[in-house]
Amino acid sequence: MSSLFSFIGRRIPLAWLQLMREKIRLLVALAGITFACILMFMQLGFQDSLLESAIRFHVALKGEIFLVSPQSNALIAMNTFSQRRLYQALGFEGVRAVSPVYLGFALWKNPETRRTRSIFVVGVDPSADLVDLPGLTPDELEEIKKADVVLFDRRSRSEFGPIAQWFEAGQEVVTEVGNRRVRVGGLFEMGATFGADGTILTSDLNFLRIFPQREPGLVDIGVVQLQPGVDPKPLLDQMRALLPEDVRVLSRAEFIDMERSYWEEGTAIGFIFGLGVAMGFIVGIVIVYQILYTDVSDHLAEYATLKAMGYTDTYLLGVVLQEALLLAVLGYIPAFALAVLLYDLTANATLLPIAMTFNRAMLVLGLTVSMCFISGAIAVRRLRAADPADIF
Amino acid sequence: MLTSLLNQTAPTSTQNTAEPVVKVEGLNHYFGEGSLRRQVLFDINFVLHPGEIVLLTGPSGSGKTTLLTLLGALRSVQEGSLQVLGQELRGAKPSTLVQVRRKIGYIFQAHNLLRSLTSAQNVRMALELHNGLSPQESQRRAETMLAAVGLGDRVHYYPEQLSGGQKQRVAIARALVSHPKLVLADEPTASLDSRSGREVVTLMEKLAREQGCTILLVTHDNRILDIADRVLHMEDGRLESQPIA
Repeated sequence: MSSLFSFIGRRIPLAWLQLMREKIRLLVALAGITFACILMFMQLGFQDSLLESAIRFHVALKGEIFLVSPQSNALIAMNTFSQRRLYQALGFEGVRAVSPVYLGFALWKNPETRRTRSIFVVGVDPSADLVDLPGLTPDELEEIKKADVVLFDRRSRSEFGPIAQWFEAGQEVVTEVGNRRVRVGGLFEMGATFGADGTILTSDLNFLRIFPQREPGLVDIGVVQLQPGVDPKPLLDQMRALLPEDVRVLSRAEFIDMERSYWEEGTAIGFIFGLGVAMGFIVGIVIVYQILYTDVSDHLAEYATLKAMGYTDTYLLGVVLQEALLLAVLGYIPAFALAVLLYDLTANATLLPIAMTFNRAMLVLGLTVSMCFISGAIAVRRLRAADPADIF
Repeated sequence: MLTSLLNQTAPTSTQNTAEPVVKVEGLNHYFGEGSLRRQVLFDINFVLHPGEIVLLTGPSGSGKTTLLTLLGALRSVQEGSLQVLGQELRGAKPSTLVQVRRKIGYIFQAHNLLRSLTSAQNVRMALELHNGLSPQESQRRAETMLAAVGLGDRVHYYPEQLSGGQKQRVAIARALVSHPKLVLADEPTASLDSRSGREVVTLMEKLAREQGCTILLVTHDNRILDIADRVLHMEDGRLESQPIA
């Protein structure tokens, strides 16, 4: 091991000096590795961002226990269940309040262009303290108690119209949702998801006005809020035992996990992004292998000389693997910086929550190092040709 | 020239009583397999004594380089006995061969310096095989050695910035810096003009005499025969000892 990593010691850092001697080749190699790194960063970033955006609404709901239909998979694929289950849940000891949430997609008419686009509609009881989102004020919740008033997510995609600008300019924003005329009574911030380009929040009553075909007794999510200091775990077990099979009882973590695993495992998305990462990884291996193979070939006579002087095969192996490791680290650094920049650009362009995280930075570093090591391990086979008896 | 040779025979004869540096007995070597197997060395016998400078001459393809690579522990011995610095190389483990290589200074036909390293760093590569030197100490020794070959002002030059003769002198410094008991040189003057060739050989001779090391020098070059204590001549894989003409 000590001869494998002799650059740490006081020996001549041959791997480093060799890489630095061929500046152009080094730059080409680093460009390739950086490209592969960025590819991996972006794919993983998109995937995390998708999963992150998908659970934003779940995180915003204030509650400890959630009831959903057994047929529900995700916010965009919900089935309803009877409100009676919710009232049954209210009967358990330790439960402070229960509240229904209605979800649906309706066509929103852009008030500027008159074009329609599908928007995510959330209906909640405005007097229940249920949703915690930035920009959502008690005054606004008061406002949606009025008939046909909705709150608009200002971070919805711009195709829904310049709602936020108009509203902030004091203009009255009136448009149609479904076939119902509504007025925008306020703004909040949530952000587009892969499932929904935009969101409006309104009262349960207004929700039923927008979706006249929906029955008031059938809800999408039941939020159970507990009294302070009550442990949800035993209550979960009790509810699961006592409530009928037509409703699923989930803890907060399970509720969030349901959505996450739907996107990660239940759709092609996890596979597609995984494939993207694999592509970056393989492209990286090929590039680094080419560079290292050429490098070893160029230095074959020199390596044979070192062997003739009494250097071991392990030493030469160490030189190649050190070069691989140096390439990995040197290629990773600019990739990290560029990825932070690209995340920023993407976040602004798509309104998806995408940013550098420590875990992802470490994951890509690990992938890059193993990518370079695999290439190095293939390239060292070329060292066999460095036989001093054959060369001289 | 003759007088100088006569003067040198005296110390050589006293050294003959010491343990030989190289002892070759009944050495045969073959290339190829099966029906393609071809013998390249036939019953080679000779010894090299401490402090001797021996030239090995002969036409191309006579087996000189093969013999040299066997002596340098770069090739496995197939038949016969070959002792280098007291170590029998026949049947020796690869790790033993590596150990023997470290005790030998090897000078190649082409200089074979590492392009990415400066002169001093190239010389230090030989020193670093022997543990225990601080970087400062090995740098100092490398610079002293380079000064001894007349390149004291070229320690930070890269090989591509040096002339052919200068590169070969760096290679000599590299081969001699760790004071090996045996130096093997494979046509060190082949790629040099006659003046630089002469300089390089004279330098090798001077340093070898100072350090008391044994040199076996493969050459085609008749101009340098005068530095030798003995000349061995090879023809078709057979060795014939020749008195100096």
